[in-house]
Amino acid sequence: MADEQTPGGSQAPPPEPVKPAAPPAKPAAAAGHAAPPKPPATMAATGWDSDLARGLKERFGDRIGETLSYLGQNFIVAKAEAAISVVEYLKLEADFDYLVDITAVDWPKRAERFDLVYILYSFARNERVRVKAYIAEGYKPETAVDVHLTANWLEREVFDMFGIEFAGHPNMTRILLPEEWQGYPLRKDYGILQQDERWVQENLSIESGQ
Amino acid sequence: MPDQTFLDSTELVLNMGPQHPSTHGVLRVILKLDGEKVLGTECIIGYLHRGVEKIAENRTYAQFNPYVDRMDYVAAISNGLGYCLAVEKMLNVEAPPRAQAIRVILTELNRIASHLLWLGTHALDIGAITPVFYCLREREEALKIFEKYCGARLTTHAFRIGGLLYETYDGFEREINEFCDMFVPKVDEYEELLTNNRIWVGRLRDVGILSADECKEFGVTGPVLRAAGVKWDLRKAQPYSGYEKYEFDIPTRRNGDTYDRYVVRMEEMRQSVRIMRQAVAAIPEGPIMGKVGKVIKPPVGEAYVSIEAPKGELGYYVVSDGSTQPYRVRVRPPSFVNLQALDRMIRGGLVADVVAVIGTLDIVLGEVDR
Repeated sequence: MADEQTPGGSQAPPPEPVKPAAPPAKPAAAAGHAAPPKPPATMAATGWDSDLARGLKERFGDRIGETLSYLGQNFIVAKAEAAISVVEYLKLEADFDYLVDITAVDWPKRAERFDLVYILYSFARNERVRVKAYIAEGYKPETAVDVHLTANWLEREVFDMFGIEFAGHPNMTRILLPEEWQGYPLRKDYGILQQDERWVQENLSIESGQ
Repeated sequence: MPDQTFLDSTELVLNMGPQHPSTHGVLRVILKLDGEKVLGTECIIGYLHRGVEKIAENRTYAQFNPYVDRMDYVAAISNGLGYCLAVEKMLNVEAPPRAQAIRVILTELNRIASHLLWLGTHALDIGAITPVFYCLREREEALKIFEKYCGARLTTHAFRIGGLLYETYDGFEREINEFCDMFVPKVDEYEELLTNNRIWVGRLRDVGILSADECKEFGVTGPVLRAAGVKWDLRKAQPYSGYEKYEFDIPTRRNGDTYDRYVVRMEEMRQSVRIMRQAVAAIPEGPIMGKVGKVIKPPVGEAYVSIEAPKGELGYYVVSDGSTQPYRVRVRPPSFVNLQALDRMIRGGLVADVVAVIGTLDIVLGEVDR
């Protein structure tokens, strides 16, 4: 079970002005058996400087945090309330017209418990970018359906698995699990064998879902 | 007596699936009908949900590898390739050239096998019984090669993180070439049966149209996007596993209807043969496994890696906390995202077209529900 570790990216290290494309850390696995080096506790992301990053900074000011790059993949950390505006800006002003995915990552020990991640792609630029927002439990982020229709099911899945409700979503219901199911399986405090015993018993007439 | 009998009421709600042969698995579609006309649909999914993403968090990186085959089980090799590439990206290793070439060959063979199953069942849904026998006959040849290579026919677990476990068997190249020689005339044969068939054309043309803009709005990728005229294929746009070395075309069409998607997929099978021929002619010598330790432990970080699966963009967003188990694996399944466009495609159509449109989306419910 994964525990401890401060979440990657939350307190990102100061941007190192070395070659941004260079892999920051050696793979721990390749180091062999003798005295494996301790992996860094946070993601070794470097600063991402480009016209797009500067444009975003100019437009949103302190509503977005760092613009970072890890393994050659760029991402923007945005304030929770600005995330949708950033996604919309990227769509309208920078041609990021394809919302690839919306997902979340649970970091139960952090004050802002969830990473909400929007993965965007631009056909014109052939470029990907991720928009990340850190949100606390119970916070209701704005829906992206008005910007990208595809967000509809993707957000429903995030709700289903993490219990993050999206404000203004046309149909904020579970999508994969039964509507009456209790609990949100992809949260870290939901065990792998855990299930909604009552639902299973009532609907499947068996003791266990295994 | 009221003036109107119930026969005059215009709306009828019809439940299709989850036990319906034409929904290709356990998809349930609730149709709102006015006579034969579809006013709206609602998809109920999740019947095959196994919590694959949760399982990932409780397995090591290598242990999770076989699970990805169980998502899109008709294109298991593509799933495995995407996952291996994602973890390799995080480890910052690359599979050796020989492994890459063999991966390309098997992935393209799997694309053909996947498209063949789509073609057979799609034709069966429309009412053409014969093609499914022909398609499964040729698919069998592909599955035989998988079986000979790694022992499994469907959920193959063919690739390992860092490269391959198995060398090719004796006669692998010859058998791939034989398959290519055998297969190209077979595609012509299918086309002879269907392409100009009056019923086939009548049932497919102008049915389930999805324009390029709508595709982008819904995040629809793969043959559906290409049939709408967008020349976009991840193998070309962001090549992986050495695809930049091979010459092939991206087939596109303009109308974005069910017929165009059929034509695009047929041409894709020919292009896959082209890639396989080039790859098999020049498999480099050398090791098949990259420098990956016994314990796979990517540094803290995250990566999103995607490939062009037979159904569209298949992506893996992997987050590592520096331990031997992934902290989070998110699968971006093409079928799930494409299925969302079903309502837009079918609204205003006829109830008989629902079957055609579900068929043309080429969904696999194992991947939709995960």
